[in-house]
Amino acid sequence: MFDVVVIGAGHAGCEAATAAARLGARVGLLTFDPGNLGQMSCNPSIGGVGKGHLVRELDVFDGLMARAADRAAIHRRMLNRSKGPAVWGPRVQADRRIYRAAVASLVASSGVEVLAGEAHGLLLKSGAVNGVSSSNGTVECRSAVIATGTFLDARMFVGERVMEGGRRGEQASNVLAGQIREIGLGQGRLKTGTPPRLDGRTIDWSRLEEQPSDRDPWTMSAMANGIGQPQLRCAKTRTNERTHEIIAANFNRSPLFAGSIEGRGPRYCPSIEDKVRRFADRDAHQIFLEPEGLDDHLVYPNGISTSLPEDVQAEFLRSIAGLERVKIARPGYAVEYEFVDPRRLKATLGVADITGLFLAGQINGTTGYEEAAAQGLVAGLNAAAHALALEEVRFDRRSSYIGVMIDDLTLQGVSEPYRMMTARAEHRLSLRADNATTRLGEAALATACVSDERSAQILGHFDQRGGIGWADTPEGSADLLYTPYVARQEREWEVVQRDSNVWIPSSFHFGDVPGLSTEMVERLSAAAPETLDQASRIAGITPAALSAVYVAIRRQAA
Amino acid sequence: METIYALSSGRPPAAVSVIRISGSKAHDAGRRLAGELPEGRHVALRQLTDPATGEVLDDALVLRFDAPASATAEDVVEIQCHGGRAVVDSILTALGQIGGLREAQPGEFTRRAFENGRIDLTEAEGLADLLEAETEAQRKAALALAEGGLTRQVANWQHHLLGLSAEAERAIDYDEDDELGIDPGLLRGCEKLLGELHEWLGRPRTEVLKDGVRVVVAGPVNAGKSSLINAIVGTERAIVSDVPGTTRDHIDVPLALGGLPILLTDTAGLRDTADRVEAIGIARASKLVGAADVLVWLGEPELAPQHPRLIKVHAKADLPGRETVPAGSIGVSSITGYGVSDILETVRARSKEVMPADGALSLNRRQAELVGEAVGSLSAALRAPDVVVLAESLRSARNAFDRLTGRAGVEDVLDALFGRFCLGK
Repeated sequence: MFDVVVIGAGHAGCEAATAAARLGARVGLLTFDPGNLGQMSCNPSIGGVGKGHLVRELDVFDGLMARAADRAAIHRRMLNRSKGPAVWGPRVQADRRIYRAAVASLVASSGVEVLAGEAHGLLLKSGAVNGVSSSNGTVECRSAVIATGTFLDARMFVGERVMEGGRRGEQASNVLAGQIREIGLGQGRLKTGTPPRLDGRTIDWSRLEEQPSDRDPWTMSAMANGIGQPQLRCAKTRTNERTHEIIAANFNRSPLFAGSIEGRGPRYCPSIEDKVRRFADRDAHQIFLEPEGLDDHLVYPNGISTSLPEDVQAEFLRSIAGLERVKIARPGYAVEYEFVDPRRLKATLGVADITGLFLAGQINGTTGYEEAAAQGLVAGLNAAAHALALEEVRFDRRSSYIGVMIDDLTLQGVSEPYRMMTARAEHRLSLRADNATTRLGEAALATACVSDERSAQILGHFDQRGGIGWADTPEGSADLLYTPYVARQEREWEVVQRDSNVWIPSSFHFGDVPGLSTEMVERLSAAAPETLDQASRIAGITPAALSAVYVAIRRQAA
Repeated sequence: METIYALSSGRPPAAVSVIRISGSKAHDAGRRLAGELPEGRHVALRQLTDPATGEVLDDALVLRFDAPASATAEDVVEIQCHGGRAVVDSILTALGQIGGLREAQPGEFTRRAFENGRIDLTEAEGLADLLEAETEAQRKAALALAEGGLTRQVANWQHHLLGLSAEAERAIDYDEDDELGIDPGLLRGCEKLLGELHEWLGRPRTEVLKDGVRVVVAGPVNAGKSSLINAIVGTERAIVSDVPGTTRDHIDVPLALGGLPILLTDTAGLRDTADRVEAIGIARASKLVGAADVLVWLGEPELAPQHPRLIKVHAKADLPGRETVPAGSIGVSSITGYGVSDILETVRARSKEVMPADGALSLNRRQAELVGEAVGSLSAALRAPDVVVLAESLRSARNAFDRLTGRAGVEDVLDALFGRFCLGK
């Protein structure tokens, strides 16, 4: 009998399992292949703008990602350094192998039991989870976390070739997808893409602009002890008009435009064929050439994910400076997969009408390792809390990017893969990557899911904040820079606070509000906002609809 | 929602009167009165009969609108009948006897249009003004607002801001090249918008239209202020006597001068006095002089207070020794009526200066306050130390516009509006 069983051992699954274990739960982690723990299916980097904030926040709760990234970092860059400390984005290139090994060893020392097999379904009894059945039999549990990423009923596309599977060389999770649709959770399909992997020995590095690793020894984790690996260089190149001609000439051979992919891809992480088609005025798109590892020839060309046929990929690559003789080690491909409507979830990432079932990661319509990992933390903590009858753990959009993401997902739902961006955080000035410990330290201590070392580090940080010389630290000087703006913003939010106090009764039927269009009724009912403020943040809600709701609430109350 | 009906046009008698029915039973009620209705958005000539007695009431034009393509977004029937009192009354009475129908409260059609999302807050504000409009100028300004002129203008500003915001956000979330500093194009865009908003804030406020242009009549005691006002108004509006200091407090007389709303204010005469009540009146008068849009001065020309729109009046021109009118003053006699029309014309001309141009859009106080907030935010954007603060300032400006159209701060905005529409009764 497990307290928690986690299905899927990617970035969300590993964080969920270990977070539950840190709370004291007995945890089983079910995966197709235990050798794939911590596998990076896409780019070999961790962090970035917005995403880096998530990694730092996760770290305060003793999550794995920041520590594994530090161990595997072979190139570090603080993005946005010229744009103000609120949006600095720590990003590292990680050696794939070292990263995997780091995650595997962190999981191994966490007390989580890794179970090999394919999950076939949940065992439900009167609306509550009481076990998981798999190709290796059935295990009993009080909570289950589904973190299957892109594997639910997944299909891969390389030009005209279509294969089943959620990642190159792996199978899809079809039986489970059937049950998820049966219990009415499946919402639709999304798509994501990955670029071809190149053989670095066939790239003419001498012609390209280099991007060295940062000199100052910053780390992802607050608990890191220095930089462990030698630092490599990345390089930059760009597409050109010839590249775009080749791509445009082959639009008809892209499954994206030929209509065989029905899922929506992310607007802000478009494939190269998307970029060429939608931004016809741009004559070049940037490409970062990122090494995949210290003793690995593979290079990841960031910025040209594609599902064009392999011969087209080779042709357009060779039109790019420095890649004239490049060899493709593995072609790029698109994955289309089933996802769940996250509006069905509570702020704990628990499914609203199935007790003990939690969902985390790409299955909820997000994209990115960091987004997945952060959800893993929330789902893992709450799955354990449910199993052990502890307090729920909630994140607030005013104090963390994790809170912003959970609130966005569960309130707004998604129509395209959700990526963390700083623009989504209205309290961006106070939510910085450098003050994650300050923001979340107390919450981490209160959940009692952190090690003694981490507790000591958090308390030490609090002492330092009150001490002399704080204003000279990077965090302290950023505090000073933004103080007046934050104060002004706080005044503005008072108005919002007032709207937050207008409660929408749970018995309230949006369908009864006179004159609300069907579309508005549907959006409002699906999101089920609890306050007028929440209703105002639902995408596509018009001022008129909001006013009508407000009037109707008042009438009801009168 | 009940089905409501009302006489939507002016008070009878008139050549034609318009009666509107709105709600789920509107078409049914229309059929009971007029028989077969035309198709939606068509008009037909019908004989109206009282459904209870079968009595013929009138021959009228009947229009049918199907929800949501109507003024209220509900089913609507509009009856254009002859505008005699008896005809209109008989139709309204007949409607009142149909089950499930009731007479609309003031502003209720507008309220439904707003609640049903047909119009937004600024348009609803305009309609509220329209219902209250008493002068031609008020009506034109309210109409411009009700037709969505301000809504369109705000939508333009919002669109412009959104573009700037998007540019700032792109620089923050997507620009891996990390160009240095803030893009000058972004700053230029903020400046351009700022200039436009300043121009709008500089326009006269619509309150002048609603409350009228404040024309203050002032001067020493017994200069003939109240008599002049009475002559203008043509009624014994103010208390007049030969005792100096009769007017101890100010008196407001609303007037329409050639379509302009005027608030003519009679003040206590200015002098040193031992009478406490009168002293208070005089203190108020001094304040009113300061608040005047147009000042009519009846004292010695050289003692006139400083004022941008000053009209000097040489009163009691019928009295012996006062026949000569000093240069720059208008001679007037309240007794004979001499010069009253000159004064009226001058007052009208000077008042027009503070009025928004005919039918032009301007802001009311609430709207001006919010535009002012947006101006403050944009000014902050120009001084931002980094692009994050700039983006934050733009967001704050967007928030001000959102509140202008009712998207945020719903409580405040609606409270202000509902007070006028007597909602929720």
